[in-house]
Amino acid sequence: MKKFISLALAGAMSLSLLAGCGPKEPAPATSGSQSKDPVAQDVTIKVAAVQNGFTDTYAPMWDEVVEAFTAETGIKVDLLTSKTLEDEIGPAMQGDEYPDVIYLPEGRPAGLVEQFIKGNLIADITDVLSMTVPGEDVKVSDKIQEGFTETSKTNPYGDGKTYLAPMHYDPCGLFYNAGLLKEKGWEVPQTWDEMWELGEKAKAEGISLFTYPTAGYFDAFLYALMYTVGGPEFFDAATHYEEGIWDTDEAKQMFDILAKIVSYTNPVTPAQANDNDFRHNQQLVLDNKAIFMPNGTWITNEMADAPRADGFEWGMTALPALSSDDDRYSFCWFQQAWIPAKAEHIDAAKQFIAFLYSDKAAEIFAKGGAIQPINGMADTLEGEKQMFFSIYNDAKAAMGGFATYEAVAGLGTTREVFQDPINALVSGTMTMDEYIANVKTASDQMRANLMK
Amino acid sequence: MEKHKGRSRFIALCVAPAVILFTIFMILPTFNVFRMSLFERGAFSSDETFVGLNNFKILFQDTKFITSMQNTILLIVVVTIVTFAFALVFAGILTKEKIKGQNFFRIIFYIPNILSVVVIAGIFSAIYKPDNGMLNSILSMISGETVLILWKDQPLVVVSVIIAMVWQAIGYYMVMYMASMASVPESLYESASLDGAGRVTQFFQITIPLIWTNIRTTLTFFIISTINMAFLFVKAMVAKGMLDVGLSFMYAQKDFGLYGYSMAAGVIIFLFSFILSALVNKVTYREPLEF
Repeated sequence: MKKFISLALAGAMSLSLLAGCGPKEPAPATSGSQSKDPVAQDVTIKVAAVQNGFTDTYAPMWDEVVEAFTAETGIKVDLLTSKTLEDEIGPAMQGDEYPDVIYLPEGRPAGLVEQFIKGNLIADITDVLSMTVPGEDVKVSDKIQEGFTETSKTNPYGDGKTYLAPMHYDPCGLFYNAGLLKEKGWEVPQTWDEMWELGEKAKAEGISLFTYPTAGYFDAFLYALMYTVGGPEFFDAATHYEEGIWDTDEAKQMFDILAKIVSYTNPVTPAQANDNDFRHNQQLVLDNKAIFMPNGTWITNEMADAPRADGFEWGMTALPALSSDDDRYSFCWFQQAWIPAKAEHIDAAKQFIAFLYSDKAAEIFAKGGAIQPINGMADTLEGEKQMFFSIYNDAKAAMGGFATYEAVAGLGTTREVFQDPINALVSGTMTMDEYIANVKTASDQMRANLMK
Repeated sequence: MEKHKGRSRFIALCVAPAVILFTIFMILPTFNVFRMSLFERGAFSSDETFVGLNNFKILFQDTKFITSMQNTILLIVVVTIVTFAFALVFAGILTKEKIKGQNFFRIIFYIPNILSVVVIAGIFSAIYKPDNGMLNSILSMISGETVLILWKDQPLVVVSVIIAMVWQAIGYYMVMYMASMASVPESLYESASLDGAGRVTQFFQITIPLIWTNIRTTLTFFIISTINMAFLFVKAMVAKGMLDVGLSFMYAQKDFGLYGYSMAAGVIIFLFSFILSALVNKVTYREPLEF
């Protein structure tokens, strides 16, 4: 009897152990009937959206958009939102189970979007542009602001086909304490020469000209700088790693400006330029220990509770120009929504993306401060937001990014080549010449592996 | 005979869950790592190309990988030596000397071990903060002038990570050694002191040899866990690209879309930790002493 009991117990134990690792039940509804008709009532699409600063501001944003979409088209939506979206959908996708629409931008540490681009795993959504927005009688392409569907961030292969839909855009620029400049009687520099003059004045008062949260924030800065020194032509050439591009006069100017920026950077910056301490660097601006930092408009929210100097007031400016006749640029960062090529309901997913440009959706997004790149949208803004977006009244929008190259062993990411070493430049463990030499060698390899 | 059969069936049943789970979640993936290191593929594309040992060839010429491994080795060696030295001395003091608040110290030393790496990174971020951080403030107070040492910047960043890792690990090993030191018979120390051996001599001649088996085992554990801990600490504390270790290199390659290449790095780190533990085990072998 005793033996029987112990056997039974052992059996129960092993069963309960094994039960824990059994396959999960299949996700409901998705495996149901599949219809070719894009507006079929019984289709359920899966939408995965990353939680970011916008959802922090207005949490039910996506739920409301999804609800409005279902009300408009009858297509049901299975919504998943998460801060660590890669961890949630990544394993399932490796097992060939894909969401139908993914809202997740490039430039995140896990590099999921980049991997999808490199693997040709994103569905072509060029035809969405000529679709009518559900519930309205306008074409999508008539609503999206000019220029947004012509960059390498939407057309990664440079073949005129759109793969990623531009979403929520945000101007990036140099953020500063407008109160401090007013108090000292300093002007916001319009040219780099004025910038260096200000740097000397500030130094005399024990204030550094520059700081940055982490080296990762240099992406928008460097892109805008490329536009500043050589306009769109130089930007295109540089982001496509053209041969000899880093030996041109424009490139020399760019490296000179970067070297000066580095020399004017608050020396404690690199010691805090990690994911744990980057707010300490942002605090330098709030404490009047540094004047400018590259950042995005989410900063006001991120530092909302931080202590600050008396009379502090956020200001934002585009990058200074080379001379007073030249153009100034502010990088325009935007989020991306896309459809995996292996998604189950691509047609319904395209409808969903088209719907994201409807006035209804844009209105809901705007509650979280997420501004869709729709014509006339920026005019409806108020307060601080309006001040930030008005940057494009006197500065041009810099858009785009480094061209995608095939992943090759031994060749790092553009961040590893262009941005991360800036910490070493500031701390003096790397010289500018070494930095430029690295950029050149890496560029040669990147050019050789450009995705066609 | 009948009884014997039932017994082995019972044993098999008891062991089965662990064996099955271990096979599915440990052995199969490990084999898969070795297999995938011979292929090149992205994480999300299903087509893979066989590249033979090419991944390894490139790996050994990749300066980033070599630097990462150098950093890993540096951390393993220094952290192990410092942690073990401190853990042994503290354990020796807490078991042999009569100090007030022994239990208090034992708990204080043990606490870091139950904290998560993220919390530790937060604590040390307050300690290492350049202006008005704890460490610089204390140094400023002592020296009388403002000290602005950048603890988390080159070249001091390694030292800062080592200090955090040692602080985290000491308590656990100290408690382990205290347990084994307590079982060393008091009479040995008495006779030794009659023979005129001082405390330091007793520690090196009696305590260390008698708990040597324990030290050996923990040493192997520690080396293997340090490979992982180094990655976690660097990831949580240091700016990207400033102090890469083996595992951070491996993850970076995966995120870059080189699954096979990152698996090749994984294979090297696996073999490295295996061989290192075996070597340490071999080198530290002594005839076990009985007491």
